[in-house]
Amino acid sequence: MTDTAHDLQRLAASGRVPPPEVMAARARRWGWWYYVEYWLRTAKAWAQSIVIYMIGEPLLYLIALGVGLGTLVDSGVGTVDGVSYLVFVAPALLISTVVMSTGGELTYPVMAGFKWDRLYYGPHATPVTPAQIGTGQFVGVMLRFVVQAAIFWAIMVAFGAVPRGVLVSALVIPIGVLSAAAFGALLQAYASTLRDEGYQFAFVQRFVIMPMFLFAGTFFPLSSMPIYLHWIGWISPVWHGTQLARQVTYGAVETVWLTIVHVLFLSLCTLVGVRWMRRSYTQRMGA
Amino acid sequence: MPPVTSPAAATGYPIVVAEDLTKVYGQNRAVDGITFSITSGESFGLLGPNGAGKSTTMRMIGGTLTRSGGTMRVAGLDPAERGPEVRAHLGVVPQQDNLDEELTVRDNLIVYGRYFGLPHSYLRTKADELIEFAQLTDKAKSKTTALSGGMKRRLTIARALVNEPKLLLLDEPTTGLDPQARHVLWDRLFRLKEVGVTLVVTTHFMDEAEQLCDRLIVIDHGRIMAEGSPRSLIRDYATREVLEVRFGAQRNAAVVDQLADVATRLEVLPDRILVYTDDGEAALEEISARGLTPITSLVRRSSLEDVFLRLTGRTLVD
Repeated sequence: MTDTAHDLQRLAASGRVPPPEVMAARARRWGWWYYVEYWLRTAKAWAQSIVIYMIGEPLLYLIALGVGLGTLVDSGVGTVDGVSYLVFVAPALLISTVVMSTGGELTYPVMAGFKWDRLYYGPHATPVTPAQIGTGQFVGVMLRFVVQAAIFWAIMVAFGAVPRGVLVSALVIPIGVLSAAAFGALLQAYASTLRDEGYQFAFVQRFVIMPMFLFAGTFFPLSSMPIYLHWIGWISPVWHGTQLARQVTYGAVETVWLTIVHVLFLSLCTLVGVRWMRRSYTQRMGA
Repeated sequence: MPPVTSPAAATGYPIVVAEDLTKVYGQNRAVDGITFSITSGESFGLLGPNGAGKSTTMRMIGGTLTRSGGTMRVAGLDPAERGPEVRAHLGVVPQQDNLDEELTVRDNLIVYGRYFGLPHSYLRTKADELIEFAQLTDKAKSKTTALSGGMKRRLTIARALVNEPKLLLLDEPTTGLDPQARHVLWDRLFRLKEVGVTLVVTTHFMDEAEQLCDRLIVIDHGRIMAEGSPRSLIRDYATREVLEVRFGAQRNAAVVDQLADVATRLEVLPDRILVYTDDGEAALEEISARGLTPITSLVRRSSLEDVFLRLTGRTLVD
């Protein structure tokens, strides 16, 4: 028992804790990372099922669409964009699946943080700020996507879907994470504005994420769709990410300015999303 | 009102100073210009019914809620401007537990300590000490979801101590706990006070306020109704004893006029009449002598509940 006066004294003031201003200074600098550490600790509990999912999903997609549908496409039209259908569709599937995973990671868990389990309100009472909490969660999820994209890429290599070479094609990993960041930051910001869990998240899943998956040049080039549907691709992080990914995996040809537009678009979405999210967290938790 | 000094207050310094503190939500003045000062080492209470503005006041101390007006200094700092610095001084026990139920007891403490920038080398041993203090040694490696309500509360208090705060804010620390769990918790808090931790407690339980607080403010509708030690408040706003008599819902109102001269003051509640007097037994004899035999009667000491009733005309717990 810590009930002797000495033990209690040590519990209350051991002399091993730095002064408050030092603790505050550390938190001002690293608070977001402390939340990432927490996020990783909770993710450990789910690590096994997440990894199985992260291996299983690319296998299913690549076998069904790349190999299965691919055999049909290749025997019909020969090649798509000058390569086999597997090579054409694989980078797009990587981008799509990573971006789609934001639909689980940055919606309901945000609601749990604010409302269901009130998990954000633990760190909120410490020197860590609401903006750092939101940023920490965002970065934690992005770290998950690094792993997810890397596994997908490794499986693509195993399927022989990276004709431009293993090393260059590894760039799909940062491209995938950037695409997920672009959409995820906006989604997290939006989720943080919702007071009641309703149909909104399911709505986003069905009417935002699915159309991006289906119509943003994933399964066929955007150019093969009627011109009045092209806008879906242009506003979709999935399309911009996919176009970049195709360049590094099989050398898809695009103009330099279009490449710059892709990178700028994804970066801008990320920046706007993160700023919106940080402001929203601050307002919601402080007012 | 006479100034109240607890032993610690004689040597302490003002650790929290609030002046004309105000919080307005639309038309609602949740905290309506309150002024108080808390001395280091004392145990200070905010007593009032639900919705009185107690939690709102607490959150403004930690700077996690922006104030609408007034000034606030915690350890000399303005929480609105130096939030992280102020919160580094504090341990906070919120009204609703927000432990991570998927993490173990130990991990909850370590994760929380990291938010203060405390190194793992410190947290490893500190977590063990805190677990022992919270009497959760057997549960250290259990997921938090397996704990009882009282255990979770003790863990939340232990968590709030991870940065060795000089000031511990406890918002309704024992709401929802059974009597035994409450006493265990009060004992833990007493021990902290003994080693110089300043306690700030909100509660709507008068027994908790009497047990824990050296000094308290009674709050209603965002305003301070009275201030003092539990004993001085009872002395100032109530009689020594209270006689509770029940004549049945129909007769209570009818007999009340005949009791007026028996008591210093009468309070008629829906189910009973409270007769305030310094000698309850004598009052009961007098009432019986008049042939007004109550169905039940009870003589007790006055409590903060009576103070609150006197001040607001309402009971603390509806």
